[in-house]
Amino acid sequence: MSEFRELTRQGLWENNPALVQLLGLCPLLAVTASITNAMGLGLATLFVLVGSNITVSLVRQWVPQEIRIPVFVMVIATFVTIIQLLMNAYVYELYQSLGIFIPLIVTNCAIIGRAEAYASKNPWPKAAFDGLVMGVGFALVLMLLGGMREIIGNGTLFDGAELLLGDWAAQLRIELFEVNYPLLLAILPPGAFIGLGFIIAGKNWIDAKREAKAEKIEKTVTRARVTAES
Amino acid sequence: MSFRIAAAPHGHSQQSTSGMMRWVCYALLPGLLVQSYFFGAGVWFQLILAIVTAYLAESLCMMARNRDARSALRDNTALVTAVLLAISIPSLAPWWIIVIGTAFAIIVVKQLYGGMGQNLFNPAMAGYVLLLVSFPVQMTNWLPPATISSHDLSLWQTLHTILFEYTPAGYSVEQLRTNIDGVTMATPLDSVKTALSQSYTLDEIFQRPQFGVLAGVGWQWVNLAFLLGGAILLQRRIISWHIPVGLLAGLLIPAFVAHLLAPSVMPGVLFHALSGATMLGAFFIATDPVSAATSPKGRLVFGLLIGFLIWVIRSWGGYPDAVAFAVLLANLSVPLIDRYTRPTVYGHARGDHNGN
Repeated sequence: MSEFRELTRQGLWENNPALVQLLGLCPLLAVTASITNAMGLGLATLFVLVGSNITVSLVRQWVPQEIRIPVFVMVIATFVTIIQLLMNAYVYELYQSLGIFIPLIVTNCAIIGRAEAYASKNPWPKAAFDGLVMGVGFALVLMLLGGMREIIGNGTLFDGAELLLGDWAAQLRIELFEVNYPLLLAILPPGAFIGLGFIIAGKNWIDAKREAKAEKIEKTVTRARVTAES
Repeated sequence: MSFRIAAAPHGHSQQSTSGMMRWVCYALLPGLLVQSYFFGAGVWFQLILAIVTAYLAESLCMMARNRDARSALRDNTALVTAVLLAISIPSLAPWWIIVIGTAFAIIVVKQLYGGMGQNLFNPAMAGYVLLLVSFPVQMTNWLPPATISSHDLSLWQTLHTILFEYTPAGYSVEQLRTNIDGVTMATPLDSVKTALSQSYTLDEIFQRPQFGVLAGVGWQWVNLAFLLGGAILLQRRIISWHIPVGLLAGLLIPAFVAHLLAPSVMPGVLFHALSGATMLGAFFIATDPVSAATSPKGRLVFGLLIGFLIWVIRSWGGYPDAVAFAVLLANLSVPLIDRYTRPTVYGHARGDHNGN
């Protein structure tokens, strides 16, 4: 069980694909102008990641070492095609607003990275779980960034959520403040770079604080020992 | 008696950062006065807003970093950033424009990179680009110069417009820009760019009311006043000649050649030299010692690159003026410029640098 806990910790925080490995930045930066888009792409990536991890793990005994990368790419491309057709059929408007970035999930390094680094060396239940937490970690960062950019740029949250979640989600839309002039920079690509920079800085800040705390506790322990010896 | 040994370099210019920055502000005064004569007193309100925002932002950052805020404010670098940004934006822009721009310049562009002397980009210009990209309408709403404008704003009307976006009588800035014939008066650079795209020739464009003897009405004198301020800085050795000369050469030589080849569509030397932010950029913005190249040769290349980029963007780019974009692009190239213009150490062979 502890291995699954470790995987969760790695995927969501310690080794988060977007914040630490810095993989898959192209879709991360391009489609996070609103939280709905971010959620759509996050879920698509999550699905592909879990599917490809399971498949790669199942066929790992039969794939020769030399041609493993083409095989992984074929597997990933298959899942991407599936999700692309599904989105085209059921969430057409979101499919249009995500555009080229759905087929581009194939080139998302986070997915092939997990296939190579984890799924090709571990049994399928673990690989599936790894895909799940990595995908969730990636999707959470996408949504955080999408939310930040949507609030700063447009003053809204969950605008257009009904495109992804069905008609009931139209009431999810929150208008935090009215903007006469949207802060275009937040919605344009530079805003994505600056926003991601702030999120990574925030993560590093939290890590540094935790480390400082842990060190303090250690120090008190050693001092207690010294007094006991002398 | 103590015999302290000072560290090299022993030659010292006897100028403190604080004093140099104060002189930069003094040298901006002629330009500021001319600008407020032609474009209204709004620039002084923008100046106050910018300085207050810059000082608040700088103090907050220094306190968050557990540093002494007062010593940081005393070096006057935040003051120069604020003043440059206030001069660069239209004088009737709404108050939150300058506040957002200055706060971004100080907090993100300057302090997040490590504060004074550490920033990669010119803070004022990065703030300007943020504003220009985000609020293109407000950032291009320059009033026509007072001498040809059909509206005359009092101090109170100016302040009211900056605070509430309308004059007390309910005119928007867009309406104030319209002349008596109902035509919106664009800036000289803007009108040249638009009219050229409508297949007018330069001769026809220069007949319009916003063009004077040398270049645009008002703008020509603003630029000459900034040139005067730049001469003061050069004379007091606050800046060296390399960047301004490089910038003007990079801008004016291509402009001269292009004007010879295509006189009806490429504006000439005078127009480029005395329009938009040319002189302000050459003497006050590009000469920021932190984000410019380091060696004299490097600075010449840096200036040439900015000037050439200004000419290219003015001629074919999407925006009428280009000083901010050109400066930021050149800031990006500074490490490369520094690498290839490293001076040879005395006693070493040419190109013999330590390490390679």
